[in-house]
Amino acid sequence: MAQYAVLIYEAAEELPPEVLDAHGRLPERIAELGGREVAGMALQPNETATTIRGDVVTDGPFIETKEALAGVFVIEARDLDHAIAVAKLTPIVDGGVEVRPLLGFEVAEAR
Amino acid sequence: MLATTVRTTRDLDAAEEAVQDAYVQALRTWARDGVPDRPGAWLTTVARRRALNAMHRRTTLETKLPLLLAPEDAERSEPDEIPDDRLRLLFVCCHPALSQEAQVALTLRLVCGVATPDIAQAFLVAEATMAARLTRAKKKIVAARIPFAVPALGELAQRVDAVLTVIHLLYATGHTAHSGRDLVRDELTERALDLARMLRVLLPADREAAGLLALLLVHHARRATRTSADGRLLRLEEQDRAAWDSGLIAEADRLLVTALRAGPPGRFTLQAAIAALHAQAPSYAETDWEQILELYTALLRVWPSPVVALNRAVAVSMVDGPEAALVEVEALERDGRLAGYRYLPSTKADLLHRLGRDAEAADAYRAALALSENVAEQEFLTERVRSTQR
Repeated sequence: MAQYAVLIYEAAEELPPEVLDAHGRLPERIAELGGREVAGMALQPNETATTIRGDVVTDGPFIETKEALAGVFVIEARDLDHAIAVAKLTPIVDGGVEVRPLLGFEVAEAR
Repeated sequence: MLATTVRTTRDLDAAEEAVQDAYVQALRTWARDGVPDRPGAWLTTVARRRALNAMHRRTTLETKLPLLLAPEDAERSEPDEIPDDRLRLLFVCCHPALSQEAQVALTLRLVCGVATPDIAQAFLVAEATMAARLTRAKKKIVAARIPFAVPALGELAQRVDAVLTVIHLLYATGHTAHSGRDLVRDELTERALDLARMLRVLLPADREAAGLLALLLVHHARRATRTSADGRLLRLEEQDRAAWDSGLIAEADRLLVTALRAGPPGRFTLQAAIAALHAQAPSYAETDWEQILELYTALLRVWPSPVVALNRAVAVSMVDGPEAALVEVEALERDGRLAGYRYLPSTKADLLHRLGRDAEAADAYRAALALSENVAEQEFLTERVRSTQR
């Protein structure tokens, strides 16, 4: 199994209760597909972000986009197709997810 | 062969090396003992053994190297599993997680075995650029773990469509080279046709695979008549129909009968049906334009692309007259998605010319000329500007 980060980009400011519920059930549904959620975190909205470039500290996120980075979770999956199938379970209101392999033990070993 | 070897090594570069080694060994052994009964299987077995040896060597050297293959895998080398491996390799190369540019390049390199400098030349990029593109793609395959597998049933249709798209793109690139002197780059069209034939064999139940092969066969049947002896581009109505390859057209026809048999046809099958109707017509004027228009309408439904809408407008002009078609072309112009697409002004110019509005037609031909990078096409359009200006 390899580890992938699933980055959630969401334009909706507030998530309706059914979406929050679906997030709660996510680990269980991932397990049904034979994957595993290793870790997960939800971020406070863009307005709460602070950016530091060099010595300059500014208000707002590092990259300003319509869909803000709203959360990240880490999964274990067999391969990219499996990871994509798992990532498709993510409840989204208006946006999407990005799947990235983690530069971890497994990948380093394959080199 | 590369496909089977890569399954053993799980490393594309090592597999390429092993395959090359196998060829070298083949030349030596075959010169001594004669060519074996099944040269393909022989090569695959040798390449796989070479890859394994190389891997074992490296494993001892650097204990970190993972042995991704299951040990029993090494013993199974029956030739009957080779086609499946080529299919798996095609699905890796045409994975949607890779850019389309990378998909096309990887397919040529890994499935067709075309050398990197030749691929670079076909796509008019520097060899270093193409090499970097291939390296990047191979790295992603490894890092993201794009599986060497036939996709699950739920994903299969979509993934097959991606493979068909790459093969079609390959053929189209060879067929109308975007720039340069030769309109047809035979190498690319031949490779694409080989791939389409292979896919048809590997996925006998897939109707779109049959549809794509039919489409390419019809194009191929007409390839010799697309330019005149002096290299000028010939329009469909000017082409010598007697010189079309009737054997290929008949083969396409048989495939279409299968592809059209059950359920609503997909985009490749519909395009093939349109091309086949053109190929069977005794002349441009005697073409069954009404049926072609119907097929284009169906095509636009399954594939709502402005390019399809533009081609449909040409069929409209043959059924309802150039005036009705011009209305549709002007709507497409306003839509803006085809800005920069040279066939939009050239189609508009043809319609204006047929309506006797030659001054406007000449302007439109000039607009098309400004967008074309293909020498044969430029000469054709220059000629059109000249004849409408008078």
